[in-house]
Amino acid sequence: MDLTTVWFILIAVLWIGYFTLEGFDFGVGMLLPVLARDDRERRQMINTIGPVWDGNEVWVLTAGGATFAAFPEWYATLFSGFYLPLLLILVALIVRGLAFEYRHQRPEAAWHSWWDRAIIVGSYVPAFLWGVAFANIVRGVPIDETKDFTGTIFTLLNPVGLLGGLVTLFLFLTHGAMFVALKTDGDIRHRARALSVKLGLVAAVVAVVFLVWAQLHTGNGWSAVLFVVGALALVAGIAAAYAGREGWGFIGTFVCIALAVAGLFVALFPDVMPSTTDPAFSLTTTNAAATAYTLKLMTIVAAIFTPLVLGYQAWTYWIFRKRISIHHIPEAELEGAH
Amino acid sequence: MDSILDIARWQFGITTVYHFLFVPLTIGLTLLVAVMETLWLRTKNPDWLRLTRFFGKLMLINFAIGVVTGIVQEFQFGMNWSDYSRFVGDVFGAPLAIEALLAFFLESTFLGLWIFGWDKLPRGLHAGCMWIVHIGTLFSSWFILAANSWMQHPVGYKYNPDTGRAELTDFAAVMFNKVQLVTFPHVILAAYMTAAAFVVGVSAWLYVRRAEDDRPMYRLGIRLGAWVALVAGLGVAVSGDFQGKVMTEVQPMKMAAAEALYNTEDSCAPFSIFTIGTPDGKTEKFAVTVPCLLSFLATGSFDGKVEGINDLRAQYQEKYGQDPGARYYDPSGNYTPIIPVTYWSFRYMIGLGMGGAFLAALILFLTRKGRAPTSKWFGRIAVATPLLVLFANSAGWIFTEMGRQPWVVFGLMNTSNGDSPGVSPTEAWISLVTLTLLYGGLAVIEVGLILRTIKKGAAPFEEPPNPTLGGGTDDEDRPLAFAY
Repeated sequence: MDLTTVWFILIAVLWIGYFTLEGFDFGVGMLLPVLARDDRERRQMINTIGPVWDGNEVWVLTAGGATFAAFPEWYATLFSGFYLPLLLILVALIVRGLAFEYRHQRPEAAWHSWWDRAIIVGSYVPAFLWGVAFANIVRGVPIDETKDFTGTIFTLLNPVGLLGGLVTLFLFLTHGAMFVALKTDGDIRHRARALSVKLGLVAAVVAVVFLVWAQLHTGNGWSAVLFVVGALALVAGIAAAYAGREGWGFIGTFVCIALAVAGLFVALFPDVMPSTTDPAFSLTTTNAAATAYTLKLMTIVAAIFTPLVLGYQAWTYWIFRKRISIHHIPEAELEGAH
Repeated sequence: MDSILDIARWQFGITTVYHFLFVPLTIGLTLLVAVMETLWLRTKNPDWLRLTRFFGKLMLINFAIGVVTGIVQEFQFGMNWSDYSRFVGDVFGAPLAIEALLAFFLESTFLGLWIFGWDKLPRGLHAGCMWIVHIGTLFSSWFILAANSWMQHPVGYKYNPDTGRAELTDFAAVMFNKVQLVTFPHVILAAYMTAAAFVVGVSAWLYVRRAEDDRPMYRLGIRLGAWVALVAGLGVAVSGDFQGKVMTEVQPMKMAAAEALYNTEDSCAPFSIFTIGTPDGKTEKFAVTVPCLLSFLATGSFDGKVEGINDLRAQYQEKYGQDPGARYYDPSGNYTPIIPVTYWSFRYMIGLGMGGAFLAALILFLTRKGRAPTSKWFGRIAVATPLLVLFANSAGWIFTEMGRQPWVVFGLMNTSNGDSPGVSPTEAWISLVTLTLLYGGLAVIEVGLILRTIKKGAAPFEEPPNPTLGGGTDDEDRPLAFAY
């Protein structure tokens, strides 16, 4: 297989890693005001992702870095083109990341609630905007002959882009609810499971509409298979959650997100960023790629270290495998609580 | 469309200097916390565990800002510098991607294990996690400094006129660039010095203020920190000296700009410690100078020749000024960095760094053989030590990056050719203002939390659980040893 194709697949794998893992982190953050009834329950939720959220976020840094190295033109066009959405995502990731680390540092109730807001907003914004970004990549955006994006922020906020945003938003909400149901015990576990079914049904509707659009727009046989199996996985996951099988429910949303992203990449191939101005200006796996030397070097590094990373990340999940109950959360005196 | 050049440069300067206020402290503190935890395991002295937890907490507050502002660093190459990214991506992207894969995963995963693992991991393994985090920070530094060294002194590539970009031909040459080999020790030792000065400062400040009972513990922190700061400080000076000689070889203009040396000195070039001159920096009114020192810094010999700005500029105009359309062409025709900036940042770097090392030595002297100074002055020295070193780091980076101008990649690409043509000034302004305000607010919160944590001092000793691997503790219902 051509090395440019290998790297197209690896970039897809990195985004799959990011969305399947940080997807539930975003979900947990977004559901904070919905599922938790008091500060201790909010802490119960936050602690389900406490040891792992940062490692999950590294997937997007690796995806960004790998795109820079393997497809410099794609990196340059995408990041300079989707400027304001990416800036918003950056701000969101900054305040959200700090919130996890700083929230518990002071006892005041007001301090906690400000950081709670940072977590909630900092999770909603990227959960929506990543979908907008990916929908626009698949849909195509105006790109000129020098490979520069010629639109504005409003070019990106088209109906398909907004629909894509709703898809990731609801998929991550469902994924997060499934995760909370899987990783907690007590009241919140039941609330999360019940909610995951309702959210899953909404997610299924928007996802199916979007995937049908993507398939008609640019799909092929393989993307159709991936989309259909992905959608079935979501439905099966919802059914499993309804039947009280939280592990299978989580696997359902996990597989659905993975296959939907995979299908979008398959539909995109061999383009990486189609141009709506002129198909001749589209960025492809060949005209956006790095040299064979760089790709070969990166392939060797990835072949050695990716299994290692997967190994120790999996080990972390095993170490922190226990469900967290409310009595696992040390009681803390809240100052100024009402 | 108007160029976003100046806005993009200000954003890069502000976000990078800010990011690097936290990074060296983090790199050094991961090492010192790992050392403290290991000393606890070895000596069983409970004070080392108290210090581990105390400085571990301060390290985490600091680490968090370094992590989240690091995301901006990786994204803004593409956002504000898309032409730069297209030109260098084949060379420059690889170290960044490898940094994420090798270093960021390691740091974030094992930091999570360390924070939450007190009741999940056996003690030795728990301490090992912090060592792994530290190794992760070293990997990270290696790759990002290799990328930066390539911008200072591009090697291991060839220019491909068909694609119009620099293409990697020899990855080992990029990894072992001679600039990299002197920069890495300089930056890492400066990071150790920063964190050690922080440990000294915090420990000494608390030593003066706390009850007698805690003094032996803070004394451990003072002595450990002061020794590391002093030794690392000497290493910073030595490695910096090597760095100066390599810099003179590959970027002679930067050395001339460090001294504002306009005319070539054939031998025994003096180094000015302090100058009052005209505002344009071209004529001096008063100066304190050390004879022949610049020759030594630049060449290793007191009668070495040091080329001046005027001669070098003429050479560069001859070499790079013939083709106005070229990537390396300087539209101003100047080929010279902003001299007052390079001159003063070079002096602040050296002066503040040496001041920090001097204070560390003074603290060692004042606390020798069990002496226990508790005067207010001792506390003030303690507070000054880390601040001097912290700002020496900033000055060093301002010098090395501003001294490379007008190029973004020395001799290959002028900075004015690297920005994003597709980004409007409005967008760039929104980004600059948003990030600056956000960073300013976060600085207030971060410093507030650091000071609050310091004032509380180290928590009393509490025997941590010692679980078997994967088994956890006997009592499944007991609260987590650590929770957010």
